[in-house]
Amino acid sequence: MDNVITHPHTHETAVAAEHHHQALPQHRHHFETEEQQREAASFGMWLFLLTEIMFFGGMFFAYLLYRNWYYDAFVAASNQLSIPLGAFNTVVLIGSGFFMALGVWAAEVKKKGLLVLFLVITTILGAIFLGVKADEYHEKWEKHHIPGAHFDVSEFVNPHAFGLKETPLAPDMAQRTQVFFFLYFAMTGMHALHMIIGIGILFWLTWRAHFGEFTSGYVAPIENFGLYWHFVDIVWLFLFPLLYLINRHPV
Amino acid sequence: MSATSSTILNLPDQSTATLPKKNYINAEHGLLSWLFTGDHKRIAMLYLISITFFFFIGGAFAGLIRLELLTPQPDLVASDTYNKFFTMHGIIMIFLFLVPSVPATLGNFLIPIMLGAKDLAFPKINLLSWYLYMAGGTFTLAALVLGGVDTGWTFTTPLSTHYLNTHVITAATAIFIAGFSSIFTGLNFIVTIHRMRAPGMTWFRMPLFVWSNYAASLLMVLGTPVLAIAIVLVALERTFGIGVFDPTKGGDPLLFQHLFWFYSHPAVYIMILPGMGVISEVISTFSRKRVFGYTAVAFSSVAIALFGFFVWEHHMFIMGVSNYSALVFSLLTMLVAVPSAIKIFNWAFTLQQGSITFETPMLYAFGFLGLFTIGGLTGVFLGSLGMDIHLTETYFIVAHFHFVMVGGMLMAFLSGIHFWWPKMTGRMYPESLSKLAAVVTFIGFNLTFLPQFILGYLGMPRRYHAYPPEFQVLNVLSTAGATVLGVGYLLPMLYLAWSLKYGAIAGNNPWQATGLEWQIQSPPLTENFIEVPIVDHEAYDYEWLAHKTQHEVTTVG
Repeated sequence: MDNVITHPHTHETAVAAEHHHQALPQHRHHFETEEQQREAASFGMWLFLLTEIMFFGGMFFAYLLYRNWYYDAFVAASNQLSIPLGAFNTVVLIGSGFFMALGVWAAEVKKKGLLVLFLVITTILGAIFLGVKADEYHEKWEKHHIPGAHFDVSEFVNPHAFGLKETPLAPDMAQRTQVFFFLYFAMTGMHALHMIIGIGILFWLTWRAHFGEFTSGYVAPIENFGLYWHFVDIVWLFLFPLLYLINRHPV
Repeated sequence: MSATSSTILNLPDQSTATLPKKNYINAEHGLLSWLFTGDHKRIAMLYLISITFFFFIGGAFAGLIRLELLTPQPDLVASDTYNKFFTMHGIIMIFLFLVPSVPATLGNFLIPIMLGAKDLAFPKINLLSWYLYMAGGTFTLAALVLGGVDTGWTFTTPLSTHYLNTHVITAATAIFIAGFSSIFTGLNFIVTIHRMRAPGMTWFRMPLFVWSNYAASLLMVLGTPVLAIAIVLVALERTFGIGVFDPTKGGDPLLFQHLFWFYSHPAVYIMILPGMGVISEVISTFSRKRVFGYTAVAFSSVAIALFGFFVWEHHMFIMGVSNYSALVFSLLTMLVAVPSAIKIFNWAFTLQQGSITFETPMLYAFGFLGLFTIGGLTGVFLGSLGMDIHLTETYFIVAHFHFVMVGGMLMAFLSGIHFWWPKMTGRMYPESLSKLAAVVTFIGFNLTFLPQFILGYLGMPRRYHAYPPEFQVLNVLSTAGATVLGVGYLLPMLYLAWSLKYGAIAGNNPWQATGLEWQIQSPPLTENFIEVPIVDHEAYDYEWLAHKTQHEVTTVG
């Protein structure tokens, strides 16, 4: 809490500063300094991510609640998810986060070519993640594991008929696997939606980076998008263990 | 209107006074210059127009509800139509009027100026939030035109997800979108308050209006996403017929209640906190005193925001939550009364021995003090477990939340609109007519809602379109009150519009108030300040003001 009463900004220096800043067209008129603009943008991004945490928080809350209630159904249903695919995607996503971080670095040291390269790699890795996800969704569709009218519980009621070694579930509990799949689709779907939006923004950023916009000292958009992309990584790092890994029966 | 209508009005000579040649209103011309503006003041005016529009639609539904309840028989509309009436009234009034009203109009207009900034931190996001608001409003109207929604504004599951064939998803979309408008407004305010303050504008020199909007913004940013996800889940469940809330499919309707009220109780504080900020400004100005216990009032806003997140379960006392948790939440609910009472007592001490004048904003502020106190005290009744079980889902609840939200928030909104009208438009409103409107509103409000306390205590349930004949007298009183109240709302609408062209020129500081906003021209320039102001005094420092006006006759602009 600074207690500044006097300030070096007299009218003349403010005008002079204004002239100085004309070098950077990205400087918005209502900020006194570029530093202030950069701080405001970054702070705004952190706040936005806080709202995102609250947004996903509601679903995590629902997951914990129902997992407690329908433990057996959740275990059986989570065994239907493919750990290799999930693990592969985790690696892909962390890789994309790594290249995004390199992109921020490239923007900061003003290397235009590298920045574009890293943004492209980030985009490709994000697309691979979404491709794998689509494949997983498709498999759920074929097995009738998408909640709703076509949902089929026979695999959980009588797993041995499907060549599975799972413990059979009572029909009542088997119906509760729908709740698991509902949450699986809601959470990973919402995560995928964030990635689709992110990839859209990546295209836009790559285009602008190609014209050298972010390698002239104006790095805030790259930095802030980096924060967003890391947030998407981190959500996945919670989703993967919660949905795929924890408490699977060794069979 | 002449300049003699007030004792402290400092109006310039009417024969020569004109509006400033250059101001934010005439800076650019044409509709498009408004629709694509980045100026927080213009966006505030866009909000003011659209919020007023929705207020009158919501009010029309209130009128229809009261008309139906004039007689015990269901003779105006059938029950499902009546359900659609109160649902639309609730959705429009809460999501499209009460939540955005003060922050989006007065907050948008004033916060940057009060901080000595040229604009909010993110002007484009500010404009985006207005468009999101309008999109949300459009979806609401679409739900209405397509045939209406009859879930009640609370979208209680599984009623909303499985049993009603009305336009729930359209309405849910409306709320989801309007929610993002609110999130972005809150985000913009928080960043602006943290990062855009002028030199010398320390946290404890900020006007209390800024503090209360800061606290409300925290609630918007943290609470609204939870509502958003609850609404998404309702829409998904309804679309795909799956059961996250439906008990017959393994879901839990209580989960919806938790998620919904985790936002919707704090939403009450989103509505009321900015209003409390208005009251602080108005009471200080018209009693010519620094707000007593400034720091306590500032922190009580933040305390209300924090406590607000720990009381949601009191909406579920009779829904089968455990006795233990009900007890804890009963206690937490009553704790919220403490910071609210701190504010009331500090305002009372501010008034004590002040040079009080009853300008129109002050009349509304006094209305606020009376009505909000009644609303708050009846809230303590409802927070107590035993009383709650007797009174829940009766008209006592209806009266209670109308006292808090309408008696509190709407009074504060009208107070603030009148207080800052000269700054926003450069013109004064007709003084005697506006005082009349304030009194009519107060009388109409009490006549409408006091009988409802009794009705509720006697056991008349809410949300029914017919009732036993013995309740008719009180219902007739209430309907009559609603008519008076309607007149009280129409009056300002008419004379404020009139004043835009014919009102007396207000001058920079008609109230002789201390805030930074009063030190610039009315209406302000596009970038508010010609040069960055340097703040060297506390908020509400009337000695500083007297000193300043003595030495400095000309003002900025």
